[in-house]
Formats: sequence, structure tokens, C-alpha cells
Amino acid sequence: MTSKINVQDKSLLPTLLKKQKDSPFNFLSEDDVNSIAKELKLSRSRVYSTASFYSEISLSPRGKHIIRVCCNAPCENAGKEAIREAITKELGIEIDETTEDKLFTLESVNCLGACFMSPAMRIDDEIYGNLTPEETVKILNTYKKEHVDE
Amino acid sequence: MNNNVEITLNGNKISVPAYISIMEAAKRNGINLPSLCHHPDQRVKAHCRVCVVEVEGRKNLVPSCSTQVADGMVIKTNTARVRETVKTIVELILADHPQECLTCIRNGNCELRQLSDKLGLTNIQAEPSVKRYPIDLSSSTLVRDNNKCIKCGRCAEVCHHVQEVGILYSHNRSTEICISPEYGKKLSEVSCVHCGQCVLACPVGAIYEKDETSKVWDAIQDPEKHVIVQTAPSIRVSIAEEFGLPAGNVSTGKLVSALRNLGFDKIFDTDFAADVTIMEEGNELLQRLKTGGTLPMLTSCSPGWINYIEQYYPELLAHVSSCKSPQQMFGALAKTYYSKVSGIPAEKIFVVSIMPCTAKKYEAQREEMRDSGFQDVDVALTTRELGRMLRSTGTDFSTLPEGQYDEPMGDSTGAAAIFGATGGVMEAALRTVYEVLTGEELKKLEFEEVRGMEGVKSSTVDIAGSPVKVAVAHGLSNAKKILESIKSGKADYTFIEVMCCPGGCIGGGGQPYGSTNARRQERIEALYRLDKDMELRKSHENPAVKKLYDDFLGCPLGETSHKLLHTHYSDRSA
Repeated sequence: MTSKINVQDKSLLPTLLKKQKDSPFNFLSEDDVNSIAKELKLSRSRVYSTASFYSEISLSPRGKHIIRVCCNAPCENAGKEAIREAITKELGIEIDETTEDKLFTLESVNCLGACFMSPAMRIDDEIYGNLTPEETVKILNTYKKEHVDE
Repeated sequence: MNNNVEITLNGNKISVPAYISIMEAAKRNGINLPSLCHHPDQRVKAHCRVCVVEVEGRKNLVPSCSTQVADGMVIKTNTARVRETVKTIVELILADHPQECLTCIRNGNCELRQLSDKLGLTNIQAEPSVKRYPIDLSSSTLVRDNNKCIKCGRCAEVCHHVQEVGILYSHNRSTEICISPEYGKKLSEVSCVHCGQCVLACPVGAIYEKDETSKVWDAIQDPEKHVIVQTAPSIRVSIAEEFGLPAGNVSTGKLVSALRNLGFDKIFDTDFAADVTIMEEGNELLQRLKTGGTLPMLTSCSPGWINYIEQYYPELLAHVSSCKSPQQMFGALAKTYYSKVSGIPAEKIFVVSIMPCTAKKYEAQREEMRDSGFQDVDVALTTRELGRMLRSTGTDFSTLPEGQYDEPMGDSTGAAAIFGATGGVMEAALRTVYEVLTGEELKKLEFEEVRGMEGVKSSTVDIAGSPVKVAVAHGLSNAKKILESIKSGKADYTFIEVMCCPGGCIGGGGQPYGSTNARRQERIEALYRLDKDMELRKSHENPAVKKLYDDFLGCPLGETSHKLLHTHYSDRSA
């Protein structure tokens, strides 16, 4: 009745995340999936299975920055919907959509572990809390500005 | 040391081994707990939750398949809570399942339907929510109907861990879960080997062979066609199971009578062609030894195995024997030799094979398999398809008379009979190679070291004073081990038999449902009994084969043999 986890399986998730991070469009292409399968000696379907399971991983191209709005109860109660609306109004995208300039993709997430500062959102690796619609737009603008400066 | 534990099962105090699951403990004590994802030859999955039971002290019900017994454990398998839960789970599965049972290919042997019957489900309270996936008809051998899939994971398990081909797997999450190749690709778009082990593993009608019985009925009813049939070595020890009879029955005579009832003009035996295969393959091995050809030589009878090496290890194709499989040797000879002997023009001859195999369908359709000037084998049916044809005509298998195969392609030897078991081709080849090389009679015909269900077997045989090292692998995960050892230069074997399916052809993907390893063992034993009882047990002693060489082929590896009975395979890697 013992369970065994293969070493190759164990390194799969970190490999998928790293490859995604290296992608300019924040996603794993079919070529990526195939090359990871080859590298880790796993079947393509096995690699695709893990990639398709986690919402953290995308199998279609996304924007440069991923905005994740928390939709769990504490954030919901603290006014998450107004934050979501402010983002939609500012960027013209709904959940799971990408801006035309490919700068932002909006997603929802089931808890960022930041309930103490709800409503919260995450942009790439940064978490922002105690948000107001105005504050949210300001934050978005810093990312836009950064892009223009580049 | 006593490795038993004391448990209480539904009030009965019993002692069971400490290492087993609750499901196994219950089974050994008179209770078969229901399950859909559990399979005796597979790892525990605990996907379906249909086997849940109550364990005292545990808040939640536990899956009995994945929970080990423990000393003092108090288990209840039929409380109201258990019964209600199991019923609800199955009702939920049924709500997702198309209600097409009457026209489903698994009508009569569907495990979900049997479970629903066992639980007495008469009313599904859950709201139906059947997704409509397109049916995948792209493969030349298999049909995948994802609408019927219950996500038990048995096909993925066999595809990944028994065969290690890795085509089918579970994708996405929650209500979106689906079992398919990556990106929901069709079977024709991935490197499937057509072994059909997924079909055997499936409890429902989500994946099955492409049924070609109507082509055979059409041919039989066509007065212009002379329809002949060949039966693979393993069919005679498995067809009875299609009629609910126990595994391991030898029913050669009844099989012949059943086929004659269907209306075939001649009933021939693939065993005849298996003896021819030994003549050609044995001589090819001798030639490779003499001329410094590529060694180890790998057998080529199993089309799933050929699909595998062509797609995954094409760099090793030079090791593969150039011999066609017995099915294809038969087809090529039927439309040349038999046509000549019978005076029936080849274009009128329609060759049907009864095979334990789904990959044989693919093989029959290959471009390379037209050396008679026609498609050598017109239709390859699985054991299950033959079962369907026979049932539809009211066949009562157990009371059929004992028939005889027809001449000139019906005689065979014990060597051919054992082709159906893992190690059988090797043993048959050794019997002939030994006598040809030494010129002496082989005293003991049985090569026990290459028999049995162990994944990779090896043996060293002394032939005329020189040791010949041989190996046998069955199931593609074991074939992979052998191929890797060849690649790394560690395989110092002369001759290696590889069969795609576990147990060899008796465990093929076209065999009756319920082909567990225990049943495979029964079928293997039946083949060895058959061999032992035969008058002739060496391929080169088959009088019909001798006549074939005298009257038509000349000699093994001769010009006609080369044209009709040999081929070459090519790189098909993706």
C-alpha cells in the first residue's frame, strides 16, 4: 500500500513554472510542453495534464503582466467587485481577457493569503492590499508608465 | 512473526494480513465491494469513490481500495450512510452518462451498467448534464467516445504504466476533467501504437475497436467472393470466454465449426503460417549469425510492438527481423499459393483474420502488406468482434461439434500453438534452430526459462557447443528496458522475442473483456497443454509447410519467400 512519487514527476511543476516565466507571453506553448516532456522523459500527455491542472499555468498566450483579483469571501465582502470593475473600466478587459497591447491579462484567484488586507490583488509577484478603486487605477498606471519608459 | 491483524468487519471478528486493503480483506471474507476505477492488475487510484466504507473513529467514509487494514479496525460496509453515499455517487456518474445502453457496444458487459443493476438504481435524481464531445473516429483501429468516459483512469494507467507509451491521461480540473491525448488531440495525431490495452481496461464504452464485422458479412454474402478465414494461435483458448465459459478452455474444434456456421468457404489456421514464420525467422537468425548481421535480432510478429519501435526507437530497426507476422505471411500466401492450388483467382479471394489484437487491423492496412498484388489480408477482426458475429447468429458455443481445419493451410504443430504465449515464438524458434544447426534431435522440447508472466526473461541455450543467449519481453514497458539495454550496448543477446501485450497475444487488446493477468495465465497454460498433446511439435516437421516449400516457395529466404514473406519497417517517429 505504499505510494511512490517519481523524481521526474517531482521536478515537473518547477520546470513548467520556470519555462512559463521565461516566455514573453506568460504561457506554455505546445513546443514548450513537448520539450519539457523530452527533457524529463515524461509523456507529453503527462506534462500537459499537470500544466492544464494548475490555474497558475496558462496554455494560451497572456499579457506581459498578470493581474489576479482575489474573489474569496473576505475580499468579496471588502469590496472586490468595485476593484474588478475599476480594472475592467481602466483596461477594457474582463476576467480571462488580455488587453490589445498585450500588456495585461486579468484573472481571478481563490485567495492570495492576504485576507488581513482585503480587498487584495496580485500583479505578477507583487501583492497589493487595502485597495480602493482609485488606488487600483494608480497602481495600474505605474505598470503602464514603466512600459512606456522601456 | 505473525503479520496478521484483527479487524471487525460488519460485526465479524476476523484475522487478515496486515499489508492488505480493506477492499481485499472484505473480498477474502465474502464481500465484493463495488468499484469502477479499481483493477486487479493496476495500482490503486481511488478516483471513483464507489468503494467507500465506514471505519469507526473516522469522521469521513474511507475508500476501501486505498485504505490499509489496521489492528482493531472496526469496519462497516453496509450502513445506511454507506449505501446512500454509494448510490448517490453512481447516480451522479449516471447523470453525466449518455443513456444509450441499448445501442452501446458494451451492452451486456458494461461494468457501470452492472453496478447500477447491483445497486438497484431505478431513478436518477441528479439532473442530467451530458457533455457532447465529438466521437474520435480518426484512428484506423480504435474509436474513442469521450461522452461515455467515467474518468476512472484505468486506460491512462495501462497506457502509462503497463505499456509506458503515454498517450491517454487525465487533463484539466474539476468538472472540466477529461481523459485524452494532450490538447484533446485525436488518436491519429499522436504516436499511439494501437495495442488496445486501453480497450481491455475500460469499464464502459468509452474506447473500443473499430468494428468491421459488417465488411465480413458483406463478403460472405457476395457470391463472387471466396471468403477464407485464419485463426490466430490464441483465439482457440479465449473465444469460449465470449460465451461466459471459463478461461483456459481449448476449443479449437468448436471454433472451426462456429466459423463454418457463419458461412466462410474455408477455415484455415494462422498456426500454419506461424510454422512458416519459424522456418523463415529461424533461417534469418542463422544467416545473421553466419554473415555477421545485426544482432541481437528482434522478433517481428507483434504489430503493436512494430508500431512502437518505428515511432519510439527507429534507430534500432536494423535489429528487427525482416519476417512479416504470421497473419501477413498467411495473407500473402493465400492470394498466391492457395490461389494457385485451388485455381481460384486471387481477386476473388477475401481473407479474414481472427486476431487477439487491435494493432492487426492497422497492420493489415499497411502499404507494405500488398505483396500478392492485392491487400493481402482484407479484414482483421478481434476475438470480441467474432464473439459478436457468433452471438448474433444464435451460436451456443458449448454444444458446437468439433470441426477440422481445411487443407492446404490448416495443418500446424505445437510450436505454432505456443506463439500465442509470451516466450512461445522464442521456444518454437529454438526447437527448429537447434535441430537445423546441430543436425541432432532435440531431447527436451520445453524451454521453461522463457515461459511465464515475468516481464523480462532470459536464458542461455547450448547449441552445438556454443552458448546462445536469448531474452523475452512482453508488455511495452518491458520492451523499453530491453531496447535501452541494446542502445547502451549492454545487451549481449543473440535473439530477443518481444510481444507488445502483457502475456503475449493471449493478453492482446482484442481479447474478451475481463482479460486480467489471472485469466492470461489460464490461457497460457491451455496453450502449453495444447502443445504437449500434439503429435508434431516442431515447425520444420509440419508436412503442409514442407509441401509449401517443395511445391511453391523453394527454400526459406529464397526469392519467392523474400518477395512474399519479408518486408522492412521504417522510421515513423514524430
